[in-house]
Amino acid sequence: MNLKHSWIIATKDLKAIRHRRTILYTLVITPLALSLLFGYIVQYAVSSAAPGTNVSDFAFLLDAFAFWFAIIAAILPSPIASYSIVGEKVEKSLEPLLATPVTDGEILLGKSLAAFIPTILASFAGAAIYMAYADWALYGMVGHLYYPNWEMVVILLLLAPLTCLLSIELNVIISSRVTDVRAASQLGGVVFAPFMGLYIAGEIDVITLNTLTLLVISAILAGLAVGMFYLSTHTFQREEILTKWK
Amino acid sequence: MIETDGLTRKFGDVAAVDGLTLKVNEGEVFGFLGPNGAGKTTTVRMLCCLISKTSGAARIAQYEVGNAADSASIRRIIGLVPESVGLYEGMSAYDNLDFYGKLYDRTESQRKESNDYFLKMLGLWEKRDAAAGTFSKGMKQKLAVARALIHDPQVLFLDEPTANLDPESAKTVRDFILELKKEKKTIFLNTHNLDEAQRICDRIAILNTKLMAIGTAEELERAVKGRQTVIQLSQMSEAVVRALERLSLSNLSYDGARATFDVADPEKENPPVVRTIVQAGGEIQTVTVKGSTLEEAYLSLVKKQE
Repeated sequence: MNLKHSWIIATKDLKAIRHRRTILYTLVITPLALSLLFGYIVQYAVSSAAPGTNVSDFAFLLDAFAFWFAIIAAILPSPIASYSIVGEKVEKSLEPLLATPVTDGEILLGKSLAAFIPTILASFAGAAIYMAYADWALYGMVGHLYYPNWEMVVILLLLAPLTCLLSIELNVIISSRVTDVRAASQLGGVVFAPFMGLYIAGEIDVITLNTLTLLVISAILAGLAVGMFYLSTHTFQREEILTKWK
Repeated sequence: MIETDGLTRKFGDVAAVDGLTLKVNEGEVFGFLGPNGAGKTTTVRMLCCLISKTSGAARIAQYEVGNAADSASIRRIIGLVPESVGLYEGMSAYDNLDFYGKLYDRTESQRKESNDYFLKMLGLWEKRDAAAGTFSKGMKQKLAVARALIHDPQVLFLDEPTANLDPESAKTVRDFILELKKEKKTIFLNTHNLDEAQRICDRIAILNTKLMAIGTAEELERAVKGRQTVIQLSQMSEAVVRALERLSLSNLSYDGARATFDVADPEKENPPVVRTIVQAGGEIQTVTVKGSTLEEAYLSLVKKQE
């Protein structure tokens, strides 16, 4: 595999994304709004807490908020991957691209990188803002910086990349069946539903989103990502694209 | 340069291309004619290693179509202009070409040289920084041809390059193909524009799932209906009719003072007929050799198969 080819495709798509306002706004506004909202909720909770309240009383809330950055990483790639794949399908620019010596894997990797890089950067930026805000709010109570903790490390370095990868793989599969960028984006967005389920389960104390749970979830997601990788690479083949894609 | 032997592609039980055997020579402009759904695009896609063949064999230069190891090499020596140009509409004309140049591993200086060359040659230089989406259909088609040539391929596949173009744009594209012909590129032209095929192509194949005929436009015209000699006399007499009937001419018919018959080789077959008429006392006004047109040949072949 020639990674240079993938990077050429990724940079072309990244440039194109820069001109798509809706994608750009989604990338900037979603993590920014959530990080400020969560930070504010933490600040409010701390300021209105009864004297003697310990940070451990907020732990479930803080863990749940941190988990949201894995959910964001599942939501954000959808519009990018949809635009990058279905958009090319609609513009009929895939056939000339497929006629070049670039392999299917190189094209798929390029398109995946174009969705992966901005998503991870946006998720990390959002998480950084949230952590800074929450640390500022919690400092008086904790006496040290609460974040980054192990949960956040697992979320940002394992869980978020995996949810992002799964979302991209799902979008590749969806792209072969739809002919509309918006429909692909909306369908791709459903990938966040199971993570919302986990978030709610954490909120209602069915599970605890601690480091161990997050590592188990990551391991399951890694297994799923491998299976989805097989499906998406099988879907993204010249023959399939030109003869079976709608 | 291109050789196919029994090349077949089926979708389920339906054959899109059935047992295609042909040879395209280096530097030749080869026209591939056929109605919609005849298998022209499928053939091009197979030859460009975009889809697999069901059976048969095909070679481009020294490479085997269908051999995974040769696919990348084939795609390196071919250029494809698909039916839908598929440009990146938000990108400038220059960036469209540059992107493809990069994918063919051309150096920056090589890319700049070829981008500038094609943009100037095709009259797009002034618009090089404009988004391709703002271009007219003709300009887009020219840019798509330039994109397919950016890596200096040996073989160029053009799939309906003038379809949906206005006459002026179509002429620009045709003129450009003729320019490429001078550069001795092998060109495989899919079209259902008979006039275009006749004007541009060295040889033409007529496909309707199966190969119906192959040859120069003239050979195809002759092969289907042959040629006809029309002799106009000042007056048709009994003696002339009797004399002509003794010659056993093929499909001889009369229309007033005009006699018409089929000929395979007019230069050889007409003089004895003329002599016979004169000897029978006939006065010849004109002798005309009429060939069937490529359109007639094409329609006859396609109809025959249906």
